[in-house]
Amino acid sequence: MGLLLDFFLVILVLMAGWWTIGAKDGCSAAVAFVTYGLVLALIWIRIAAPDVALTEAAIGSGLTGGMLIAASTRLESARRPARPGPATRRLGIVLSALLAAALAWAVLSLPYPPPSLAKAAITALPPTGLGNPITGVLLSFRAVDTLLEKVVLILALLGTWSLAPDRLWGGVPGRKQPRHADSPLTLLAQILPPIGFVIGWHILWVGANEPGGAFQGGTILAAMWMLAVMAGLVDVPATSRLWLRLLVIVGPGLFLIVGFAGFAFAGGFLAYPAGFAKPLILVIEIVLTVSIAAILLLLLAGPPERQPPA
Amino acid sequence: MTPPLLADMPTAGGYLLVLAIMVPIAGVLFQFVLGGRWAGRIALLVMPAGLAIAVAITVRLTESGRPLVYHLAGLAPPLGLALRADGFSALMLLTSALIIAAIGLFARPDFATPAASGEARAPFVFWTLLLALWSALAVVFLGEDLFTLYVGLELLTFGAVPLVSLDGRAETITAALRYLLFALFGSALFLAGTVLLYGEYGTLDISLLAARTHPDVTSAIAVAMMTAGLLAKAALFPFHLWLPPAHAGAPAPASALLSALVVKGPFFLVVRLWFDAMPVLTNLPAAQILGALGSGAVLFGSVLALRQSRLKPLIAYSTVAQIGYLFLMFPLAGGEALPASVRMAVWTGGAAQAASHAFAKAAMFAGAGLIGQTLGHDRISDLRGIGTALPLTTFALALSGLSLMGLPPSGGFLAKWLLLRASIATAQWWWAGLMLTGGLLAGGYIFRIVAPALSAPEVPLAAVRTPARRQEMLVLALAMLSLLLGVVPLGLSTLLAVGSPVATQILPR
Amino acid sequence: MTADVLFGLAGAVLVGLGLYGLVADPLPLRKLLAFNMLGGGVFLVFGVVARRGAAAGLGGDPVPQALVITGLVVAFAATALAVALLRLLFERTGQTLLDPHAEESSHPDQTNE
Repeated sequence: MGLLLDFFLVILVLMAGWWTIGAKDGCSAAVAFVTYGLVLALIWIRIAAPDVALTEAAIGSGLTGGMLIAASTRLESARRPARPGPATRRLGIVLSALLAAALAWAVLSLPYPPPSLAKAAITALPPTGLGNPITGVLLSFRAVDTLLEKVVLILALLGTWSLAPDRLWGGVPGRKQPRHADSPLTLLAQILPPIGFVIGWHILWVGANEPGGAFQGGTILAAMWMLAVMAGLVDVPATSRLWLRLLVIVGPGLFLIVGFAGFAFAGGFLAYPAGFAKPLILVIEIVLTVSIAAILLLLLAGPPERQPPA
Repeated sequence: MTPPLLADMPTAGGYLLVLAIMVPIAGVLFQFVLGGRWAGRIALLVMPAGLAIAVAITVRLTESGRPLVYHLAGLAPPLGLALRADGFSALMLLTSALIIAAIGLFARPDFATPAASGEARAPFVFWTLLLALWSALAVVFLGEDLFTLYVGLELLTFGAVPLVSLDGRAETITAALRYLLFALFGSALFLAGTVLLYGEYGTLDISLLAARTHPDVTSAIAVAMMTAGLLAKAALFPFHLWLPPAHAGAPAPASALLSALVVKGPFFLVVRLWFDAMPVLTNLPAAQILGALGSGAVLFGSVLALRQSRLKPLIAYSTVAQIGYLFLMFPLAGGEALPASVRMAVWTGGAAQAASHAFAKAAMFAGAGLIGQTLGHDRISDLRGIGTALPLTTFALALSGLSLMGLPPSGGFLAKWLLLRASIATAQWWWAGLMLTGGLLAGGYIFRIVAPALSAPEVPLAAVRTPARRQEMLVLALAMLSLLLGVVPLGLSTLLAVGSPVATQILPR
Repeated sequence: MTADVLFGLAGAVLVGLGLYGLVADPLPLRKLLAFNMLGGGVFLVFGVVARRGAAAGLGGDPVPQALVITGLVVAFAATALAVALLRLLFERTGQTLLDPHAEESSHPDQTNE
């Protein structure tokens, strides 16, 4: 029964993938992509990775898909370009067939018994005081990767902002959204964000012991903020605002400070002193969630398009 | 030969590796929040600190004769992450620190925040990305875990792409977008290989992989994918399409960073992958493919450089060509059957090529920037007489050209000489022929720019702007550094032997 | 055929589809969608590797799962930057082709295997 469901999911995801690549116009392709992402999230649940499923649904298909749908509606060019020439298409088919075949072969030849770090992770988990080993990996064992990845996010944000014209630097991203008194969007934006706000923080909080964590929580917060912005209830802050810049860097900043403190108090960069691991990790996660929410929102909002308010 | 497992143990001085990565990051965070003119000031503050750290790492390395190793969070691989510096890492760190400091000082007049505004776009972006690239390079040169290296590659890409589109013209935006797409293709392929290696061996740490890998089809597929991805990022022929428009379109200081340093990162990782992680797979046939692609790059890039009408695209195509030389390391030093002295010579030659090209190319792009600002254009046909207006710059271009051509006494000569001797010693004559051809072609395109620059102009030169002497001195300093490498071959070999996978033994201390 | 193998092969097919879109489609937006699929396929294979490593009472090896989460965030950041570049290009030139003068796509990639 389970295998039948899995088979069905595979068929669905491949169909959605095929549709994404082959769709006639960008908008259909982007919608197909969102479908693909949601089916992929279901597959993640089937392979016992609920944390990843949450992230895929929220960031992978939710935010990414939404952004691509919005882009596809604004980018439709007046003239549909020529379809790829036969030479390029043949090259593409040959290369993708080769790559897929190579990967498939490798998947089929994976060794048995499979090597795994699960035991090592479980053994190393108790000093962190966490119950969710994925959070342990992200914030303790491989914390540097998480820290560096925050910097990657900041660089992407900086790159996005750099595309504004000189005179609009430091301004407000996006166009001012009108606020309609009676529209369903306004109603949704009034009801949903408070609930989403609580859910977002809840997902962060339980991430210590159950599926969840800073990324997933931060995404929900960013999405709720975006909803309010789209309905015209609030505006995106100007990018030169000091408090906004602080929000963006406070997560990685605190992470870095704790990291350096580890030299003095815990015998290594990003090591946690015994007994203080769990509270430190929770504080870092809370602050990271704030930064992630701010960065994700700003990445969605794009480069500045309006002068900052005086 | 099996790499010594002692390399796994953390060593004293390992904290320096952490500093090399984290000090520029701290700088970036401060720049982001303080903003405005502070972006430039913080960059200026970090430069000597970063240089000191690179020097300290080099000194420690040569003193102890062993690579520096650090276990992050005090946790050992495979669950934890390690950082490791061998001779090659130290050389690249030092090169990066010197070039970033020189280019940073060079770019100060170009990217000064105007007095009127609190914060200007181009300066803020430039100074922040300068430090970000520095940190990214440190991650690439020091990381020992494949996923950390993947994140480092992403840092490198995200730091480099906005520099390409900094002036906001349609051509540079297109170039930046093309660069980004190629880079993302490369990252995805790199990650795919990483996934397979983890599935096969249960670890992503390079030293552990070196101990655990055995030559089978899955490992070969993984290495092939990762190499292909890295080649796309390094713009090796035939993946070179994105590089000339991107490097030519960026502002001159940014072009210097991109050509000198950013493209060296992926190359460094191919070396890590082939020599450190999977030495059993560096058999001769597969390495010949890399050599063949390198040859294609040298020939293709040089010929196209000869046909350029503007200075910056010519220099960019020269980068395409010079990257090709780097990949001759693989057929010449691959294969564990080759004598260790030959392999060590090739290792030194490849590293010297990477470093000397970095200095020479940085000097050339910075010099081209000065020429462009002085003349108001960079057409090669109208370069006559620029030598009188910019004597130091022209001299620096000529010196850098020496290194690119591989003429003594430059670092480029040392590199190509070592590779040439190795190709004769291993009876792979075809690489020697290629290098000589490449040298001739490089001579051709260098002559194209230096000859008119040194000759008297037909009409008096209309200078749009008088250049700052300080900027010219920095260009000359960079060119001199490229020459300096050719004068210290013994010191270079000693440094590069530390922790090298092709060295015969680790000197006991 | 177990579920893991099935999903692993599905991941391989998705990677192939993604690469095809990245190479063949001339429009950068479609290349971007294809890149996301390529990444998704790679992550899926990683997830299969994690599932196979289930041990010590866990449903899957937590290390690959954590790495996929990191990778998903990085992919989003990349997409955001690319979309911003695309929109600016469209604003400047009214179209998004990387090589507007070519009839065919000018984005040759080759993997050497």
